[in-house]
Amino acid sequence: MTHKFVAPALVAAVALAALVAQAAVPTALKSVDVTLPESTVALPDGPNVAVVRDNCVGCHSPEMILYQPTLPKPAWEAEVNKMRNVYKAPLDPKDIPAIVEYLTAVKGPK
Amino acid sequence: MRSTSSIADALSRRVLLRQAGAAGLATLAMPAWAETMVSLPLPGGPDDRPITTAFPQKGAMVLQRARPPMLETPFEVFDQGVFTPNDRFFVRWHWSVIPTNVDVDSFRLAVHGHVDKPLSLSLKELMALPHIEYAAVDECSGNSRGFFQPRVPGGEWGNGGMGNARWTGVRLKDVLDRAGVKPGAVQVRFSGLDNAPVADGPKFIKSLAVDHARDGEVMIAFAMNGQQLPLLNGFPLRLVVPGWYATYWMKMLNDIEVLDSLDTNFWMKTAYLIPDTPHADMKPGQTGVNLVPINRLNPRSFITNVKAGATLLAGKPAAVRGIAFGGDTGVKQVDFSADGGNSWHAARLGKDEGKYGFRRWESRFTPKTKGNAVLMVRCTNSNGDVQPAAANWNPSGFMRNVIESTPVTVA
Repeated sequence: MTHKFVAPALVAAVALAALVAQAAVPTALKSVDVTLPESTVALPDGPNVAVVRDNCVGCHSPEMILYQPTLPKPAWEAEVNKMRNVYKAPLDPKDIPAIVEYLTAVKGPK
Repeated sequence: MRSTSSIADALSRRVLLRQAGAAGLATLAMPAWAETMVSLPLPGGPDDRPITTAFPQKGAMVLQRARPPMLETPFEVFDQGVFTPNDRFFVRWHWSVIPTNVDVDSFRLAVHGHVDKPLSLSLKELMALPHIEYAAVDECSGNSRGFFQPRVPGGEWGNGGMGNARWTGVRLKDVLDRAGVKPGAVQVRFSGLDNAPVADGPKFIKSLAVDHARDGEVMIAFAMNGQQLPLLNGFPLRLVVPGWYATYWMKMLNDIEVLDSLDTNFWMKTAYLIPDTPHADMKPGQTGVNLVPINRLNPRSFITNVKAGATLLAGKPAAVRGIAFGGDTGVKQVDFSADGGNSWHAARLGKDEGKYGFRRWESRFTPKTKGNAVLMVRCTNSNGDVQPAAANWNPSGFMRNVIESTPVTVA
């Protein structure tokens, strides 16, 4: 019975320590299987929108375009060329002027 | 492993999108699964973004881009505590081919290259190594890019491209030591399970100097805030490089290659470069600027409980609080100004949870004069680096850390 006075605190401390250790470090990981949502945002109408749809939204959803700030035509040309030359977007160089025309119309200075 | 997308999926998606457009959704400003809108707000716009709960293992997040996923932490989360909950932690991927299924029994981490003994470690083997744990801020290089003026293209973040977690894992050094790094090693390169949806798209890989990789702090993390990582934050393993920008914190880390020469891959040599100037600052159009790979975080601080445009009452004491971080070292001091930076007062600092983490600060003041006022907060880190009064600028929108201003009305 002499330990009666210390035991509750000790038990509580041990239990707490175990709880903290459990919360702090998972002892094993569990497999994960998830589904990612696809964007349902569509490109706004504009000149050559079909060309943009066919060439640009395979790698990124339309928000990537729509949330860009207003950029002048040379900046859009640079972006489209970067997508093709650096990120290897499979787009025909002949389509670049049409894409730039759309981006400048939709996201260029008004 | 299954992938969310491939070029074939992308092609069918184009059809889907075309049909959506034909169905009259072309003017829809937000995805059908998004719930409400938030304004960040960004100069010149567009600054409205959907708030979404549609992403797996994620709560309400600011939608920057559905694919590849780019989700911002709503700013009010930073007022709720110094640790960012896993389900509110920001998400940003470079490429869209991301496994949505990871089996913990078959997963292996490869260690190879300029080593004595290449390794293929199971998660059990890796987790049997000694564990380390610390708090650290994970901040996107382009956090706050949307505030750059003149504006720059890219992911148009507000201030929520950052988060602080308590990371648990093993030392990268211990793993490298098991493989035996050969003399002459120069860098260590990290690669994850994500891939480009297009042929020849440069795989996202990043490197650290071998001495940095072996400093005993860089971690291979298997837990954040006491739980396994959400898939979109890098499950099952991600690199944690405390005090350095998130671009080095490779998600879904499954490959470590020791290099005997400098890594010249696109993501090290061409992308993620900053001007080698104080605060990575340069002028638009400036030429002849030396560029270097982005590296250490800089100090930042924010007011989290008073929003821009709020009304405070003259003569009534007001409590203001927020978060600060020192970057690659701890927070030495946080100063608060209620008069647009004319006078500064040291704020009271909250508990120190570790030098790489967020630190709570708070201050009290009594607005005296009615009219417009600007609240400001300024962090000085333990190296003596202080946030600048003028915003930096560079064409990639990296490393913003200007003193934040919150305009209010005193009535």
